Amino acid sequence: MTEHAQDQATTPAEQPTPAAHTTPVTGTGRVKRGMAEMLKGGVIMDVVTPEQAKIAEDAGAVAVMALERVPADIRVQGGVARMSDPDMIDGIINAVSIPVMAKARIGHFVEAQVLQAIGVDYIDESEVLTPADEAHHIDKWAFTVPFVCGATNLGEALRRLAEGAAMIRSKGEAGTGNVIEATRHMRQLRSEIRRLTTLGEEELFAAAKELRAPYDLVKEVAQAGKLPVVLFTAGGIATPADAAMMMQLGAEGVFVGSGIFKSGDPAKRAAAIVKATTFHDDPDVIAKVSRGLGEAMVGINVSELPESARLATRGW
Amino acid sequence: MPRPVNWAFAPTVKGPVLSKSTSQPTIGVLALQGDVREHHRMLGHCGAVPVTVRRPEELLAVDGLVIPGGESTTMVKLATAFDLLEPLRKRVADGMPTFGTCAGMIMLADRIRDGIEGQETIGGIDMTVRRNAFGRQVDSFEADVSLEGFHPGESSHPFHAVFIRAPWVEEVGPSCRVIARVASGEAAGRIVAVRQDHLLATAFHPELAGDVRVHDYFVELVKEA
Repeated sequence: MTEHAQDQATTPAEQPTPAAHTTPVTGTGRVKRGMAEMLKGGVIMDVVTPEQAKIAEDAGAVAVMALERVPADIRVQGGVARMSDPDMIDGIINAVSIPVMAKARIGHFVEAQVLQAIGVDYIDESEVLTPADEAHHIDKWAFTVPFVCGATNLGEALRRLAEGAAMIRSKGEAGTGNVIEATRHMRQLRSEIRRLTTLGEEELFAAAKELRAPYDLVKEVAQAGKLPVVLFTAGGIATPADAAMMMQLGAEGVFVGSGIFKSGDPAKRAAAIVKATTFHDDPDVIAKVSRGLGEAMVGINVSELPESARLATRGW
Repeated sequence: MPRPVNWAFAPTVKGPVLSKSTSQPTIGVLALQGDVREHHRMLGHCGAVPVTVRRPEELLAVDGLVIPGGESTTMVKLATAFDLLEPLRKRVADGMPTFGTCAGMIMLADRIRDGIEGQETIGGIDMTVRRNAFGRQVDSFEADVSLEGFHPGESSHPFHAVFIRAPWVEEVGPSCRVIARVASGEAAGRIVAVRQDHLLATAFHPELAGDVRVHDYFVELVKEA
């Protein structure tokens, strides 16, 4: 499984081969990043049971995130939050036909190995679970399965890409039902990317140093004006309007955690968030789907959370 | 294990543009969900004017349509909810050139297997398509295929195909022409690209690999319609 990573830097332009290479190659950068491209414009929903996964699929989710407890419950119950029981993940994989993602603890490469062995389609190395390593994230190049990682700013996003992440999500503050941190992180990422595009070539070296990120990645972002992978948003999205705002701020898709299954009418709210994500620039549609959804999750004011209860500060 | 030294993953669009006529057809990309931007880029490079289609009135304004990769279950639910499914069926049945990749191939199939209960499609191509036929994401792969059916009798350079949780075609009707099959590996011989009159479908993603030949072929098909 480790020989695949070398192939991913090869584009057809660099390799104009007349002879066909018909042997299938798995785990390349292109199929890992390409998988995330296929999720764009969609909503990925946290689920804890096969029944919830089915509701999410029926509502139009592009993927589900299998986990043991939604972030809101992890906050309330405390304790160490870990990878889910493989039986539970199997149950969800068997219940739906859409991709199934699952969370591993930051730095817990064996949880990731287990998730790959089970056959999950994407691993979220997630700050929502209790970190397993206080210095190192997982070496994601060593896997065939792709990874998504959270980031609060551009430097963090690029460090995750350097470790092999194939998709980035802004972290937000999971389990709060409060979109303010998601907004902050998405604005931060977009603004830092815009700034890079205004710098001269010679200024990019210093920018890389400030961002604590590899120069080549910094240069690529400066030239493209975007991350080289798909950027989703996460952490605190609870309403169709929340999802649409994050899309208008530049997210390419949305993770919704506690916001759906901690609300009064999950099926209806889930379908409404899917519609609002696709028609994020159409207030008439957002107004229509926002009606009669029942109670939203209660929510927490992030400013009242003590530093120790903030999940977004996990990871570095 | 050595780390990649080249970070430039984004495909470089290359290859000659074979467009024979100078007229610029307007080609829509169904933008309910999926890799819309990549198709836009390829269509623009091939001399078409790409536009997004999410509403019935937008569908009426295009000369041809691309249905991108993504989740077919999500696309069909949104198409139904926003009154787009019947207009799509009507335009496809009336001869609008349409090209589907991956989820788009599923959407153009008359019959599907391993769909969710009651999963509908637009239909149009007389074929049976199996969803996620190659397996899960860890089985997603890249490999060259030969596009023999494009211009039958002519030899073609291998096309680098990217398969992501891809479907394959299990059966085709008499009017459906096979364009490409998997060349080697466990799935050797499986049909992964077809054309039936004005409809074109691939199980792989030509929009991700930077080779314009399939999009160019489709733009020509729109111009000829």
